Amino acid sequence: MALDRFLLQLPLRLVRFLGGLPAPLRFVLREREFSLWVPPLALLPLLALVRTHSSLQFSTLLDLTSVDYPGRSPRFQLVYQLLSYRFNLRLTLRTATDGAVPSASGLFPAANWLEREIWDLFGIPFGGHPDLRRILSDYGFEGHPLRKEFPLVGFSEVRYDDLRRRVVLEPLEFGQQYRHFASGLPWSPPLPSPPPSILT
Amino acid sequence: MTTSLKNFTMNFGPQHPAAHGVLRLVLELRGEVVERADPHIGLLHRGTEKLIEYKSYLQALPYFDRLDYVSMMAQEHAYSLAVEKLVDSQPPIRAQYIRVIFGEITRILNHLMAVTTHALDLGALTPFLWGFEEREKLMEFYERVSGARLHAAYIRPGGVHRDLPRGLCDDLYAFVSQFGRRLNEMEELLTSNRIWKQRLVDVGVVSQAQAQAWGFSGVMVRGSGLPWDLRRSQSYEIYDRLEFSVPLGSRGDCYDRYLVRVEEMRQSLRLLEQCLVQLPPGPVSSGDAKLVPPPRAFMKHSMESLIHHFKLYSEGLVVAGPGRDTYVALEAPKGEFGVFLVASGGSRPYRCRIRSPGFLHLQGLDWMARGHLLADVVAIVGTQDLVFGEVDRLFPPPPVHVSFPPRDL
Repeated sequence: MALDRFLLQLPLRLVRFLGGLPAPLRFVLREREFSLWVPPLALLPLLALVRTHSSLQFSTLLDLTSVDYPGRSPRFQLVYQLLSYRFNLRLTLRTATDGAVPSASGLFPAANWLEREIWDLFGIPFGGHPDLRRILSDYGFEGHPLRKEFPLVGFSEVRYDDLRRRVVLEPLEFGQQYRHFASGLPWSPPLPSPPPSILT
Repeated sequence: MTTSLKNFTMNFGPQHPAAHGVLRLVLELRGEVVERADPHIGLLHRGTEKLIEYKSYLQALPYFDRLDYVSMMAQEHAYSLAVEKLVDSQPPIRAQYIRVIFGEITRILNHLMAVTTHALDLGALTPFLWGFEEREKLMEFYERVSGARLHAAYIRPGGVHRDLPRGLCDDLYAFVSQFGRRLNEMEELLTSNRIWKQRLVDVGVVSQAQAQAWGFSGVMVRGSGLPWDLRRSQSYEIYDRLEFSVPLGSRGDCYDRYLVRVEEMRQSLRLLEQCLVQLPPGPVSSGDAKLVPPPRAFMKHSMESLIHHFKLYSEGLVVAGPGRDTYVALEAPKGEFGVFLVASGGSRPYRCRIRSPGFLHLQGLDWMARGHLLADVVAIVGTQDLVFGEVDRLFPPPPVHVSFPPRDL
C-alpha cells in the first residue's frame, strides 16, 4: 500500500531535516503510526518545520489532545495529530508537560479551539494563546473535569427550585455513591482502572 | 450630515430554529453586516470522554451513536476500528462489506439531512419533506439489522453484531434503484433554483489554504477543490476494491458544497450497488472468543462458550498493553471522525478522545461569516453541517430516577 511506503520514508525524511535541532527527540513507529516525542521547548520550532518544509508539508493540525497520567513526573501528555495532504502522511507529535506549553495557534489557527478545550478540561495553560477561555463547560464552572482526580459525577448539580422559582446550583448530594465495578481476573490483583498507577 | 453607527451585539440562539441544535452565537453586527461571530458551545456537553473512561470497551460503543445522531454507524465504525487496532484483530470480509454498506447508507442519511435542512433554513420546505421520507426508508434498514432506527450499536469490535436479515439485500437493492430519481426530483427543486443560488453562491468561501490551516475535513475541503477522501487516500475496510469517484468543488462556496453533497449521495449509490453484487458469504464477526461473544446456540452445549460469554459481559473484553494508544480516523459523512484511544491494560479505556469534524468547522464560522449579512450566517451554519451532539461531545441524559405516580386508571 502506498501509505505504508510513505510512512516508512517519513522517519528518514524527518531525521534528515531535523539534524540541527538541539533537542532529544525520540521516534516511535508502531503499526503504521509514526510518532515523535519532543520536549515542550522544541515544540514550536518543530511544528513550524514540519509545516513549512517542502518535503513534509504537514499543513493541517487535525487534532490536539491530552492524556493525564497523575503518577508520572511530567504529568500531562499532549498529542498533536498532523496531516500532510501533499504527501498523504500522518504524524503524531507528543510532548509531556507539567505547566504551560507554548500555543501553536500562531502556526495552526485550528489549534485555537483545541487548546481552549484542553485548558478547559485539563487545565493546561497555553502561553501566547490569543483567547484562552473555557469552551465546553458551563459558564462559571470550576475545576478541570478530564483530570483523573475529578470525580465522574462532579461536585455540583443544577436543578429547578420550585419554591424560589428559578434554577439553582447546589453541592451534589447522592443517596448512593457512584459504584465503580472494577472486576479483574480473580487470580491477579484487581485492575485499578481510574487511578492509573499501572501506567507509570 | 454624518451619522455615527454603533456596532451592536446580538445572541443568535441557543434556541434558534436555524442553529441546528444548541448553538449560542454571539454576533457583533454593524447594521446587518457581521463583524464578529463568537460561537459559545458546550450547551450539550455531558462529558462523553470522561464517561468512557469508566465503561468497558463494549459499554463505550453506544456513546458513539449519540455523538452525531444523524450519522450513527460511521462513529461506531471508527471506534470499532480503534479497538480492533489495539487488539490486532481484523474483521472477516463479509463484515467489512456490511460495514461499508451501512457506512454508505449512513452517508446518504446524513447528506439528506444536511442538504434538506439547509434548504429548510433558507426557506425551501419541500425538499425537507421529500428527503425525510427517504431517510425514513433508510432508517428502516437500520432498524432491521439492529432493532433501533437511530442508535444502532450494530458495528462492534470484531465485526458486526448480527448477519443481515433475510430479504434486506433485496429491499436495499429496490431502494438503490429508485433513490437516484428521488435525488433528481430534489435537484429539480434546488440546483438551478434562482433563490437557492442567490443564497449560496459566493457565500462562505473557503480557500484550500484556509481549509488546511483550520483543520477542515470532508466536504469542507472537497468543496474547495482539495482531492481528499479518506476512503480513497487512506483506504480502510474494502473501499479499495470498489469503484467510486470523489466529487470536488471549484470555488469553495456554499453552493459547491451543496453540489458535492448531492454527488456524494450518487456515489454512495454506486458503492451500495457494488457491495450488494460482491457481498460474499461467510461469518460476520471475527472468531476471536476473547473479543466477540459466542453465538447463543453454542452456549447451550459448550462450557467454554458459556465462560467466554460471561467474561465478556461481566468483565468485558481486555485490551492488553497499558499505555498503548492509537489514532484511527475514517471518512464520516461530516469529515474526518477520529478516535484516539489509550488502553489501560484492563477492560476499560484509559482515555478516549473523540475528534469530531464539526468542532473545527464551527471554529471557522467567525471568519467565514465576517462581512456577510446576518441571513448568510444561517446559510453558513447550514453548509458546515453541524450537529451539536458531536461538537459538544454529547451523551444521552442519564436515566432519571423518577417514579411515576400511578395515574387514575
